[in-house]
Amino acid sequence: MVSFKLKDIATREEPFAQGHKMCPGCGVAITVRQIMASFEEPVVIANATGCLEICSGTFPFSSWRVPWIHSAFPNAASTIAGLESMYRAKVRRGEIPKERKIKFLAFGGDGGTYDIGFQALSGAMERGHNIVYVCLDNEGYMNTGGQRSSATPSGARTTTSEVGKVLQGKQQFRKDLTRIMAAHNIPYAAQAAPSKWLDLMKKAYRAFEVNGPAFINVLCHCPTGWHTDPTRGLEFVQRAVDSCFWPLYEVESGVVRITYKPRKKIPVVEWLKDQGRFKHLLRPENEELLESIQVEVDRIWNQLLKDAGEEM
Amino acid sequence: MEKGTLEEKKSKRRVSLTGDDAIAEAMRQINPHVVAAYPITPSTQVVESFARFVADGLVDTEFVATESEHSAMSACVGAAAGGGRVMTVTGSQGLAYMFEVLGVTSGLRLPMVMAIANRALNSPLNIHGDHSDTMAMRDMGWIHLYSENGQEAYDNTIQAFRIAENPNVRTPVLVAIDGFQTSHMVETLTVEPDNLVKRFIGEYIASYPMLDIDNPVLYGAADRPDYYMEHKRSQLVGMINAPEVIQQVGQEYGALTGRYYGLVEEYRMEDAEHAIVVMSATAGSVKDVIDQLREEGVTAGLLKVRAFRPFPAEEVAKSLSRTKSVAVLDRCGTGGAQGGPLFLEVRAALYEEKSPPQVINYIYGLGGRDLPLRHIKDVYLRLREIARTGERGKLVDFLNLRE
Repeated sequence: MVSFKLKDIATREEPFAQGHKMCPGCGVAITVRQIMASFEEPVVIANATGCLEICSGTFPFSSWRVPWIHSAFPNAASTIAGLESMYRAKVRRGEIPKERKIKFLAFGGDGGTYDIGFQALSGAMERGHNIVYVCLDNEGYMNTGGQRSSATPSGARTTTSEVGKVLQGKQQFRKDLTRIMAAHNIPYAAQAAPSKWLDLMKKAYRAFEVNGPAFINVLCHCPTGWHTDPTRGLEFVQRAVDSCFWPLYEVESGVVRITYKPRKKIPVVEWLKDQGRFKHLLRPENEELLESIQVEVDRIWNQLLKDAGEEM
Repeated sequence: MEKGTLEEKKSKRRVSLTGDDAIAEAMRQINPHVVAAYPITPSTQVVESFARFVADGLVDTEFVATESEHSAMSACVGAAAGGGRVMTVTGSQGLAYMFEVLGVTSGLRLPMVMAIANRALNSPLNIHGDHSDTMAMRDMGWIHLYSENGQEAYDNTIQAFRIAENPNVRTPVLVAIDGFQTSHMVETLTVEPDNLVKRFIGEYIASYPMLDIDNPVLYGAADRPDYYMEHKRSQLVGMINAPEVIQQVGQEYGALTGRYYGLVEEYRMEDAEHAIVVMSATAGSVKDVIDQLREEGVTAGLLKVRAFRPFPAEEVAKSLSRTKSVAVLDRCGTGGAQGGPLFLEVRAALYEEKSPPQVINYIYGLGGRDLPLRHIKDVYLRLREIARTGERGKLVDFLNLRE
């Protein structure tokens, strides 16, 4: 197993090189670094259109020291599936020695994963390709100025779920994609956050270890889209985790395991406050809305506890 | 040029196959590394027959039955970038659904072959043949080869790999057959021996395989305005080099099999005064009408376009320059243009001629509408009249349409 000691991680050559153009304080960049440091074998990457793709692969520059492909917005899953199929075909014909193990990794944002790439992802998972798909979920179309996606939380202000005289941000609750992926009965599905970096790395390691498709959903802070202090991104993500808005768990062979249980569950308002996109929720007239968000978060968390066989 | 051995000549097979199965048979012999496809009428038989070959272990292919055509083409992109032979099959709505990724394939210079059973596009829904699907993507940077019958479908599929993979081309190729007229028609055709096909297509050495992990490459970078134009211009090189390669491959294939191919095919054009230009299955009907009319003293001829992209303008102009009147038959609507896509190309190709023939356009066969021989005969008689009187009449008209 690859060493997760800080010293070893810090001294290893990183496949994801510096010089990329991600915003200061971006959670995606941190998450990608941690994931790339969780395994050693060669890897091939497919990247959906989005922040990471644009910022790491604009000609004539590249931040990747590994083979990398970008095709379009909705098809990272099917592109990596094609690569993995070619690998298997070449191994079968002896054109690649079977000892030559290669990992197949796809990155997509929540727009490219929850929304436009959802079908391709579902198809690739059902077909059982030996791939790892990582969703870098920053809760909206942040690369294009912050529009709502089905991962945008209820009440959040985006440029397509505005706050005005009649509407108070996004009207709907977010899609629970991690559970949907787990419902594909794939070998491994997990939810993670960069604030719990070791938990994230262990999940990435496990995702590559299982035979068959694996999915990891990572909540990545986005100072630009969330309208938050870029120096405090990890703190915000951790509040999402501690409020159980974003529980950290994994589902392996149908068994649900919560990998981090907050010692003291904080109210959801603690996660929402200090973020520009939720500012309006703190107004007195939106108290009911805020309450409904708390109720929904609790409901999903309690269901998760039940599924994991834990005490409420 | 290499010729087939005596033993190979003896092991040629005459078999009765549908157009779809002719393509599937070629695929079995080609044995691509990866086939990613989604079923759609009228090309489904290709996928079904190929799935049987996979189930029986007759090929070493990774067959990826995707959940959509968009994913089929996306998986083909990934697989081809990986560095091996890749193929897919589709048509109509499926091709339209792939549209976004078709430009990725050609833009990344990924050689691959796509078989198409041409079919009408919605709406109204119609599963029958016409060319509106491939004509809608005629400028997506793919090479287009159109096949008259099952034999040509088989031959074109095999040649397409050699064309696509040629280092000077490195451009994806589509091989089209007419939906139902060819895809479901059982015809007797020659199937070459497996080892001859294997030898002809040779071993494919990919240019920048992603699976060569010791030499990492980046596919699909983003371009700002300061590079995009140069990259699109350099992509065009493959298309510019393609005509020579298509002809050279057609000659090599002919030397081995006795069936030669070029960019266009002429039928009784040497002294023709009145010509029809058409693609795919209808060319067969036109040939029959020409034979009848020749006996009646009408100097009729046919110019069949095999390679629509890149468009063989020189060959077309040369062939038609000797005629007096020409009718271009488009199996696709005009969409508000000055005529059908083939017509526009043919007319533009003749622009430089000193005394070009009169050229008219007919839209025919939409959504599988039959084209009885008498209609083709009427076209020739009109062409003769145009030549006699000099009166062109209506520029664009429909054939066999109730009005």
